[in-house]
Amino acid sequence: MTDLLTPVLSKNWTQERSWKIANYERTGGYQGLKKALKTSPSDVISVVKDSGLRGRGGAGFPTGMKWSFVPQDNPNPKYLVVNADESEPGTCKDMPLLMASPHTLVEGVIISSYAIGCAYAFIYVRGEVAHVIRRLQQAVREAYSAGYAGKNILGSGYDLEIVVHAGAGAYICGEETALLDSLEGRRGQPRLRPPFPAVAGLYASPTVVNNVETISSVPSIIREGASWFSSMGSEKSKGYTLYSLSGHVARPGQFEAPLGITLRQLLELSGGVREGHELKFWTPGGSSTPILTPADIDLPLDYEGMAGAGSMLGTKALQIFDETTSVVRTTLRWVEFYKHESCGKCTPCREGTWWLVQLLRDFEAGKASEGDIEKMLDLCDNIGGKSFCALADGAVACVTSAVKHFRSEFEQGYHTPAWELFPYGRSALFAKQSEGAHA
Amino acid sequence: MSVEAKAGDVVASDLISVFIDDTEVKVPKGTLVIRAAEMIGVDIPRFCDHPLLDPVGACRECMVEVPDMGNGRGMPKPQASCTLECAPGMQVKTQVSSEKADKAQRGILELLLINHPLDCPICDKGGECPLQNQAMSHGRGTSRYEGVKRTFPKPVSVSAQILLDRERCVLCARCTRFSEQISGDPFIALVERGALQQVGFYEDHPYDSYFSGNVIQICPVGALTSADYRFQARPFDLVSTTTTCEGCASGCELRTDHRHFQVKRRLAGNKPEVNEEWNCDLGRFGFYSGRQDDRITAPLVRENGELRVASWPEAIDAAVTGLKAAGSSVGVLTGGRLTLENAYGYSKFARTVLGTNNIDFRSRQASDEEAQFLGSSVAGKRLGEGVTFADLQSASSVICVAFEPEEESAIVFLRLRKGVRKNKLTVHSVAPYLSNGFAKLNANLIAAVPGTEASVISTLDADADTVILVGERAAGLPGAFSALADLTERTGARVAWIPRRAGDRGALEAGCLPGLLPGGRPVADAAARVDLAAAWGAEVPSAPGLTGAQILAATAAGELNALVVAGFQPTDFADAQTTRDGIEKAGFVISLESRQSEVTERADVVFPVDLIEEQAGTFWNWEHRPGRVNRVIKRVPSPMTDVRVLAMLADALGEDLGFRVPAGARAEFDELGAWEGARVAAPAVAAGGLPDVAFPTSLVLASWRLLLGGSASTDGATALLETAKPDVARLSPATAAALGVGAGEPLTVTARGGATTLPLVIEDSMVDGVVWIPGNRHGAGLGELDVVAGETVEVNGGAA
Repeated sequence: MTDLLTPVLSKNWTQERSWKIANYERTGGYQGLKKALKTSPSDVISVVKDSGLRGRGGAGFPTGMKWSFVPQDNPNPKYLVVNADESEPGTCKDMPLLMASPHTLVEGVIISSYAIGCAYAFIYVRGEVAHVIRRLQQAVREAYSAGYAGKNILGSGYDLEIVVHAGAGAYICGEETALLDSLEGRRGQPRLRPPFPAVAGLYASPTVVNNVETISSVPSIIREGASWFSSMGSEKSKGYTLYSLSGHVARPGQFEAPLGITLRQLLELSGGVREGHELKFWTPGGSSTPILTPADIDLPLDYEGMAGAGSMLGTKALQIFDETTSVVRTTLRWVEFYKHESCGKCTPCREGTWWLVQLLRDFEAGKASEGDIEKMLDLCDNIGGKSFCALADGAVACVTSAVKHFRSEFEQGYHTPAWELFPYGRSALFAKQSEGAHA
Repeated sequence: MSVEAKAGDVVASDLISVFIDDTEVKVPKGTLVIRAAEMIGVDIPRFCDHPLLDPVGACRECMVEVPDMGNGRGMPKPQASCTLECAPGMQVKTQVSSEKADKAQRGILELLLINHPLDCPICDKGGECPLQNQAMSHGRGTSRYEGVKRTFPKPVSVSAQILLDRERCVLCARCTRFSEQISGDPFIALVERGALQQVGFYEDHPYDSYFSGNVIQICPVGALTSADYRFQARPFDLVSTTTTCEGCASGCELRTDHRHFQVKRRLAGNKPEVNEEWNCDLGRFGFYSGRQDDRITAPLVRENGELRVASWPEAIDAAVTGLKAAGSSVGVLTGGRLTLENAYGYSKFARTVLGTNNIDFRSRQASDEEAQFLGSSVAGKRLGEGVTFADLQSASSVICVAFEPEEESAIVFLRLRKGVRKNKLTVHSVAPYLSNGFAKLNANLIAAVPGTEASVISTLDADADTVILVGERAAGLPGAFSALADLTERTGARVAWIPRRAGDRGALEAGCLPGLLPGGRPVADAAARVDLAAAWGAEVPSAPGLTGAQILAATAAGELNALVVAGFQPTDFADAQTTRDGIEKAGFVISLESRQSEVTERADVVFPVDLIEEQAGTFWNWEHRPGRVNRVIKRVPSPMTDVRVLAMLADALGEDLGFRVPAGARAEFDELGAWEGARVAAPAVAAGGLPDVAFPTSLVLASWRLLLGGSASTDGATALLETAKPDVARLSPATAAALGVGAGEPLTVTARGGATTLPLVIEDSMVDGVVWIPGNRHGAGLGELDVVAGETVEVNGGAA
């Protein structure tokens, strides 16, 4: 079974003090950088293009193509910005990676910066994870001491400064333009596009924004070659990736496997749904991706497979819910999150999430009225696709998909509280929570 | 069917075609879809969109369907038409032809209303509210929202003048974008997130801006309201009149609203050539002065040393008796409040009825050099022959001499800022320090000690793409006008004179100068006098007249017998006390005024005249552009204009002024036309030098008037005056150190006429050896100190 796994990023996670530079180097660390510095930047871009690497932050945009969009004739400096603001509910891949092996990212940053010709790279880390920030700062310091960063890297004549920047706790700052505003010291709110960051991003200069996992994948691609990477995965979704399983599974955690693996296979690897229970619904990539049901368990977990099922691969955060879970309650919790995190810039997201939460609370309490499902769906239609950025699209996706698959549960919300239908204590993972308790 | 853009400087080949609801529209590249739709009369609902602000796409109300981007591919989701640029061949379907777009718009409107208080019946905006109107036109009749609305305590004061009701706010960011982009005073900003997002400001730093009132006007809901106007009227009970502002020489168009024969509020008019859609707070809020207790509503005559109310015939008789006794030994001081028509009335009255050239509108420091410059380069020009607002925006550089745009002609400041933001204009300031206004223009300081500007100007580089703006304060800088004339001659740069008051430009044109007749005709030119005499059918005196200061000195010395005064404050002159003496010692003083003043107190006969909102006329702005002043209030306590009073006086003196109403004066003035003969020669005065100073206790004085400060025109505008800058003195760091005075500590400035003590601000860019104080301290003008900029003053730390 374990031969389904392809540990590359996570290969060294269990080693003694894997986050120290000496231990990282012992397992082939910084070999990719040395190799890259011996070739031209455009060759590095070509290798990444050939590998078929696509953005691991959710959208799946081809990484090499994104890099080649950076205009080389722009007189402004170019910047690389790593999006480490991992905050999507259910998503837990970048933070473990940075805790266990921060140098994988640092090496990726240096190679990627070299490829796009930038002299300043920024790593924007979610502000709440102080321990990750400290570990990353330590790794960057070690890289400087080892001559991998700073002036004249490894005698190549290439200079790079790396800045680790802590966010202040806003989900919206994972949106790349809001992240750039936040990095510039402004309030994090998405920017009008065009201009796109590749043309006018950080400080109105050409900027590449990539996810942690994307950039961390680069060293292995350079080290092992494009064809090695593209030999893994499915036809249009190449390579390996980190799947994080959480919720009602026996052994939750991160599973590194080729793109295109199925939930059935991942459940087998993780010991299946918790004992005595069965799968009710799941998300393929965080709460912003429409939920799926046991019927979708054999779909390939890659960009095309999920799009084909009317969902998205997203961050590959697989949240597993068993039959004890109230869909209404789960949806409410998610939408409460989006309401809390809505930046307030545009009307549909700001007002729509405010309204949706109130409607869903009625459904949860069994106080919804006949016709509220139609009203809620119409409201979702007025929000989805109308907002400034994709945050609101994520907020309505869980609602519409939940109604689509579990309409009857919402209809029960016309008369019966969710905590009576699904006593909340039963779905708790930890026994401490008393039976029937609800928030 | 096709509609073409009316963009003046766009050639047809630069236009692209887009199809809106299947109608072809030709627009310049870069046009936003929402603008293109406007051109065919399709009104897409919107809140955050404003044509003069950068697009933001925040409210999402203006959604349209785009089945084809012009490349054969459509957009899968509806698009915000306020941020989408037209592309060649693009197909757009608005609410007119697309159900999807219509549903999107209705959906957003419903969302905008869920947290809106719906307190329209008590909201100032109710009746003229874009949210209310568009809810009616693009919304649902009823709300499906049954939840709890977000509430905030209300209202909060953003400044003394502006109140914020956060519940009503739809977070369109128009106000915050205005403050950041247009006026450059970003003291309000959106804070917090989600539905709790709100307009915020520093607790201990209010929204300090001379342009703050504009945010009330552009607010698409009643979130921002005026402290003065709150609950004063409903929009549908107001009567609106388009008119021209009397606040300064920029000549903004205003929309003045009145009810019950009282002006309730003033809004910026829409005049793209001048003020676009903005105005300053002085123009917007400073209209209360005429309704104070000191309004004069009946003629007054002096009897046994006291003024008493008299009938019009009695007052006319008294005035005529005094004028007959004085003969042509009389001076006419018009001040800056007059419309062109009234100024022309005084100019003609002085020449043909009184028989004198003793007339001057300059109730301030003035010089012969200035009069020569005005005669040679300004008077008699028409719009288009000189610099315009549009030129300020498109010039490559603008040099300001003795001119602080934000303080002395605020709309000029906004236009310069637009040029700097949008067109790469560079602004230079010849001044003793870089003021905050110039800092907001990212200006380059060409440091000059007051009085030495002329030598600085002669070293400047310029070209035909340079515009020089010179303020009226240059009259106190020997050689400055001469150096400017030389610079323009040498480089082809163009110069514009920007006086401070609204009536100044018209008064110059009307000939309210001792050496200049209407239309730029020189008094000294016999041909010009003959030309005018023929038109007037009356002789034009040839003897050169006295300037304002000379007139007052002459009456004080008993050399001149009578004064006819239209309106000024003694403190407007360099020496207030001498001015008061001049009025007091004049044998006979006639005052035409609307309010009691230091002049009426000393006058023998006072005629009440109309306030600006009670009469019709014209203000010529600094561009030479006529701005129509329309009568707003039609039932007035003293229905006389200056022209009417002058005509009655002429009649009683046995002369015919030729007109009795402003329209008649204007018709005659227009018929006269500008002088086509030789103009006054350009001035050639040597540059002034530094006065004797004894650093650091004796320093050169720098000063100019601030937009809001001590001024009779802002009496009664309490909220407005609370937003005025505090009185301070400014020194360079080195000068302050030499004096041993620290920031915030008292500094006493002493001149011939007295002393003033003000808290010190240390100004990093200030030249050493100079002290700056405001020209219109609250409660006392600079004239009380009997000193002008460029002279020395004694300076010491501590109180006087």
